[in-house]
Amino acid sequence: MSRALEHPRYNYKVVRQFAIMTVIWGIVGMTLGVTIAAQLVWPELNLGLPWTSFGRLRPLHTNVVIFAFGGSALFATSYYVVQRTCQARLCSDRLAAFTFWGWQAVIVSALITLPLGYTEVKEYAELEWPIDILLAVVWIVYASVFLGTIKRRQTSHIYVANWFYAAFILTVAVLHIVNSAALPVSAMSSVSMYAGAVDAMTQWWYGHNAVGFFLTAGFLGMMYYFVPKQAERPVYSYRLSIVHFWALIMVYMWAGPHHLHYTALPNWAQSLGMVMSIILLAPSWGGMINGMMTLSGAWHKLRTDPTLRFLVVALSFYGMSTFEGPMMAVKTVNALSHYTDWTIGHVHAGALGWVAMITIGSLYHLIPRVYGRTEMHSVALIAVHFWLATVGTVLYIAAMWVNGILQGLMWRAVNPDGTLMYSFIESVEASGAGYVVRTIGGLCWVVGMLVMAANVFMTVRQPQSLQRAPVQATA
Amino acid sequence: MSHLWRDVLPGFWSAWIIVITLGTIAISAWLLFANRKTDKPADADGHVETTDHTADEIEEYDNPLPRWWFQLYVGTVIFALGYLLLYPGLGNYAGLLGWTQEGQWETEVAHAEARYAPIFERYQQVPIPELARDAEAMDVAERLFLNNCAICHGANARGGDGFPDLTDDAWLYGGAPDTIVATLTDGRNGRMPAWQQLGEDSIENLTQHVLSLSGQPHDAGRAEQGATMFASVCSACHSPDGTGNQALGAPNLTDDAWLYRRPDQPLAATLRQTLRHGRSGHMPAQADYIGEDKVHLVAAYVYALGRRD
Repeated sequence: MSRALEHPRYNYKVVRQFAIMTVIWGIVGMTLGVTIAAQLVWPELNLGLPWTSFGRLRPLHTNVVIFAFGGSALFATSYYVVQRTCQARLCSDRLAAFTFWGWQAVIVSALITLPLGYTEVKEYAELEWPIDILLAVVWIVYASVFLGTIKRRQTSHIYVANWFYAAFILTVAVLHIVNSAALPVSAMSSVSMYAGAVDAMTQWWYGHNAVGFFLTAGFLGMMYYFVPKQAERPVYSYRLSIVHFWALIMVYMWAGPHHLHYTALPNWAQSLGMVMSIILLAPSWGGMINGMMTLSGAWHKLRTDPTLRFLVVALSFYGMSTFEGPMMAVKTVNALSHYTDWTIGHVHAGALGWVAMITIGSLYHLIPRVYGRTEMHSVALIAVHFWLATVGTVLYIAAMWVNGILQGLMWRAVNPDGTLMYSFIESVEASGAGYVVRTIGGLCWVVGMLVMAANVFMTVRQPQSLQRAPVQATA
Repeated sequence: MSHLWRDVLPGFWSAWIIVITLGTIAISAWLLFANRKTDKPADADGHVETTDHTADEIEEYDNPLPRWWFQLYVGTVIFALGYLLLYPGLGNYAGLLGWTQEGQWETEVAHAEARYAPIFERYQQVPIPELARDAEAMDVAERLFLNNCAICHGANARGGDGFPDLTDDAWLYGGAPDTIVATLTDGRNGRMPAWQQLGEDSIENLTQHVLSLSGQPHDAGRAEQGATMFASVCSACHSPDGTGNQALGAPNLTDDAWLYRRPDQPLAATLRQTLRHGRSGHMPAQADYIGEDKVHLVAAYVYALGRRD
């Protein structure tokens, strides 16, 4: 079997654009995150203005980190991976360029409208209807570019990374369009198509699958290319890929009701959400195993390759948070954890530990290659970034575990006479230390992203003569 | 009541849910078993070489599913089926345990009632003035106050703009034990009408007159002019001497207790606002939230608050 590949001229321009914006939006989104984390410690940072209040900046933070940072990362890597693994140029440069500018337009609209208070009040789907329509159009074009490129592939098989990317793209289109269906009332306001418990169920069907498909399937696509590539090892098991891919996309769809335990949602729907969340454990771990076992025979590389370290630690956090998730979906656990900071900790174990780490590892592999370099400007700075990110994540999630369990226990504690032992404000007071630690964790992340930006800047700017020079051995 | 809470689906949808739920679980289990093992031999490293395809130089082994992972998967499927047998989940099938969240709530409430009701029943037998001197009872009452009343009246019961201070001896509706119980049980609705139609000049005269009633700094000339208007417009509720009327909840204007007083503006400005636009105060009824026995105890707490220092 010949290993020599015919690589046609790929469209790297759009990959470069999305990759650079991933870094920039990462800094913006995480800075917003640190700001609102600090507001919970020092409320004066609200500045007394409506536009900078927690209630408006929080949805802006989630939109920017998920859709601007995560979304740009998914666009960049999926366009890169689909071209290289299909040995085909993107099927349309124009449409690809449209997805880039369209997506940036969606993000800039969010940056303007969310602080102004325009919102559909659905978590992770706050954007008002005109922006929703733009988003849907961009997404459908994205799907046509991606699938059109797969159709033009020179290879017989569709590589596993592309299954995950394709599932993510198709499902997100369905989720976004169905959940955002609304009746416009004016240019910037609308009323949801659904009412009451049905609206809540639709929202969390969307919300949980945004996690499942946007933040999991898409990033598993990333993992399936960049982990074997960076480790230079074959993927551990093709059949494990098949089983966990189909099981994951089939079962994830059902898990949404676990966000609505002990609410007006019917009992049967709550139970189904719980049992499917538990079945989801094995399919989720399938991806972690396939990534981790791919490293067998390459573990020694972790000593010298901080990029690979990012990828492996991402897989560890993925495994941890996909264990934590099914556990929190169990009704008795949920009765303690729901509405507490534990949920926020869980989300960030996934968002920082998994999504951001796998993205950063992938970008450190991708950026030099799409700029015609062989290496990032400084491997030492990648290592610095790695430690900042790891320490930041651990501080963040540990603080939220402590706070969450503390709040859950304080809220249910009763005196011998049956009265509540604590008032709500006492549980807020008790959470103060955790909020400080969380802010420090977030700061580590922002500093890490700035280090990355400097490293990327130097890599991209490197004079042409240097880039052709032989690569120096890295320590 | 509990039968109203049952989740009853039309027959078709119940069957639909059962079919797609069990179908999804069955297909995912089939997928697992069908792909469990490989016929290909392992190489020297123990890996099963694949799949003759590469993608951008990435190869794939065809290793069998890790045994522990396979067992984990089977375990979760067995758990799921067991859970769906015992608990509601498959459409209208109620589950062998007959569990519902409403039933769980009712059971927990009944447990709490059985356990705690005697404590509050005992307190209910004690007259309020006596109960107010019982330190242990007041500890219990304070906790009830903090979790039910403090959100409006403040943790220190000093109230705020629009929320009565419960620690002074000014009572809108009266501070007798029975009156406090009535206030808590059924709530109160206080309404001050708007008098904007009297014109700004009269509003100013009335403002100065009201300030004069409690000896605040005021414009004597305007206060004098306001007296006639006060007698014709305000005295019906606030009484001719301005001491108010507890039967209506009309505040006494001669003391220094102000129900509406914004900390960031002079008293006169708040008075003008009250006169121009009126006020609407609402104390929610507590009987259905905390029950009569606890109302009795909280009433004693409020009674004691008004008689401190």
